Amino acid sequence: MTWVVDNLDLIGRLTVEHLRQSALPILLGLLLSIPLGWLAFRFRLTRGLMLTVVGLLYTIPSLALFALLPPLLGISFLSEINLVIALTIYAVAIMTRFVADALASVEPHVRQAADAVGYGAWRRFWQVDLPLAGPVVLAGLRVTAVSTISLCTVGILIGIDNLGYLFTNGYQRQIVAEILAGVVAVVVIALVIDRLLVVLGRALMPWAGKGA
Amino acid sequence: MRTIRRTTTLVAGAAAALLTLSACGGDSDPLEQDTGDSGEDTASDTIVVGSQAYYSNEIIAEIYAQALEADGFTVERNFSIGQRDAYMPALENGEVQVIPEYTGNLLQYFDPETTATSAEDVYAELANAVPESLAVLEQSPATDQDSYNVTADFAESEGLTSIGDLAGIDGLTVGGPAELEERPYGPQGLADVYGVDVAFEATGDTTVQDLVAGTVDVANVFSADPRIQTEDLVTLEDPEGLFLASNVVPLVGADVVEDVAAVIDPVSAALTPEGLVDLNVQSTEEQRSSEDIAADWLAENGLA
Amino acid sequence: MDLFAEAIAWIFSTDTQSGSLPLSEAIATHLAFTVVSVLIAAVIAVPAGWLVGHTGRGREIAVGLSGAARAVPSFGLVLLLVLVFGVTHKVGASTTAFVLLAIPPILAGAYSGVEAVERRIVDGARAVGMTSSQVLGKVEIPLGLPLLIGGLRSATLQVVATVTLAGYVGSWGLGFYIVQGIQIRDFAQILGAALVIVVLAVLLDLLFALAERAVVPRGVRAGRDGR
Repeated sequence: MTWVVDNLDLIGRLTVEHLRQSALPILLGLLLSIPLGWLAFRFRLTRGLMLTVVGLLYTIPSLALFALLPPLLGISFLSEINLVIALTIYAVAIMTRFVADALASVEPHVRQAADAVGYGAWRRFWQVDLPLAGPVVLAGLRVTAVSTISLCTVGILIGIDNLGYLFTNGYQRQIVAEILAGVVAVVVIALVIDRLLVVLGRALMPWAGKGA
Repeated sequence: MRTIRRTTTLVAGAAAALLTLSACGGDSDPLEQDTGDSGEDTASDTIVVGSQAYYSNEIIAEIYAQALEADGFTVERNFSIGQRDAYMPALENGEVQVIPEYTGNLLQYFDPETTATSAEDVYAELANAVPESLAVLEQSPATDQDSYNVTADFAESEGLTSIGDLAGIDGLTVGGPAELEERPYGPQGLADVYGVDVAFEATGDTTVQDLVAGTVDVANVFSADPRIQTEDLVTLEDPEGLFLASNVVPLVGADVVEDVAAVIDPVSAALTPEGLVDLNVQSTEEQRSSEDIAADWLAENGLA
Repeated sequence: MDLFAEAIAWIFSTDTQSGSLPLSEAIATHLAFTVVSVLIAAVIAVPAGWLVGHTGRGREIAVGLSGAARAVPSFGLVLLLVLVFGVTHKVGASTTAFVLLAIPPILAGAYSGVEAVERRIVDGARAVGMTSSQVLGKVEIPLGLPLLIGGLRSATLQVVATVTLAGYVGSWGLGFYIVQGIQIRDFAQILGAALVIVVLAVLLDLLFALAERAVVPRGVRAGRDGR
């Protein structure tokens, strides 16, 4: 474990990088999946198609997607944008289903009551449907956050430095402690972010049950 | 309605939290990747040093970086950016300005048909082969070239000293990185040049361990790998020049040659073949960081 | 969309069938990693999940462990285990990492399937004199099958995509082509291999969809008997 002690600054630096790279895809995943999830929930026709497409996206191997984005989009191979776009695609793939399920979990009579007291569709969505769907959306956001932080490490194979650097560098130099430090650091930050989201959810959605 | 208004802020709140996170980047981060704007302002004293995703290359890059810093340059490190085919476009467009390279492999990249094999010929051809936007500085005596290796036991039992001695042995498997299969010196080259027929097994970064464990019979190992000594491997001679001589050489942007040559040329001159193996030993055996290894080496050689 | 045409051409080119790792062998090893990992994970997670769902005990632990397992980066774990187990056990090391990946969704499918059985049905089964293990075996497990298969389905889809990483440590699976393709910048090869993986995933998904359909009527029938 002396390796860890000697390299705390490197681990710290890579952890900050890692969080920075993961944050934007998690956020974009949440924002993009709300309209997509609503489309899937609202229209029977789009539901099957939408959920099939996002399901398919999730089966694209991350390593291939990271490597293919530069030629497909015409961006630099070294650009972090590759990683951000790829991770956003996976985040949307996970979140859309959760948002659709969350909206479906709102009881119809609540919606009818909102209609009855004169809510328009737009206002009802933001003030009734989404708040009540919140706990399930939050559950999806937690899964997305943990998965994004874990998947981010594969970025090292296309030259994006983050905690994944400790995996490949440790593997080359045969330093078990280095790889282990990377794995532990990823798990720790994933679980910390997960806890933060729970706390945030409780603060913002006091009506949610303990299950959230 | 109070609760409801609070909710719409779930999204907003999460957004704010995550944005804050994504905003706190590490500007001072040596592994920082955001080099988007550095391509343009190369004229001033900021130099972007890159490295391959290879620990030994990263040590050399760190030596360049610290030597440049000691001379007053501001250095941005963009290390571990993959293999040649991946980073070459970034060098050509100026995203990266200095990277440690290897003459033989680099020449083969620009001119796959080359017939040069000696260090002098390779370097001379390389100087002409690099694109106009790039240049190579003086080559170092230190070499780190591909080589085929067998265990001492296998060499003894089969009487092997040269690659050609492998011809006629049945059921040989050669191990190396996945791309070896497609390289000119890979299985096809072995068959064409030496009449040696081998199966190929991708062994990634554990090629030496796989050789020692017996998974493969012949291993493609870099000649500066300390384990050739420590694991008692025999490097097979290559009289036909399947492998090109591959000395350490800095590949730099043509526009920064004048700035950096005075700093990096002495580094290249001081780096010996044994010295390079020693740097690698410090990284793998002693598990020291490349920063420490580079700093000590520069001090010992009176270059910083 | 030249690249797609080239990728398709790569899949069907004779070189792809005859290299050091022929495509058929890559597909076979890729599927073998997937199936074996999911099976081992099922042997561990299904009984554990049923027990948690039936007794209601250990749910917190199961949820917590699943959450932590989800956070473990498979890529790092594969490399770590190869170093720890030794290079002669690369297959075992990779499989272990994929098993860990597959456990959380299967565990969740198993316990949520049992938990989702209506209280009234379980009470009814007890009322007609079923023992606790009969309730589990004859009522809760059959009725929970659709959710369990859903868990197996999502585990399989995750594993089939992630087995790609095994190509970083050795000559197997479709990941080998992707790892090699990245090093030699052969995008047709990368995309071709990725397309084959997606097709495999779709086929596996279809199998599970059929299986889910097959168990639902039986489950419903079992439910009626219980009532």
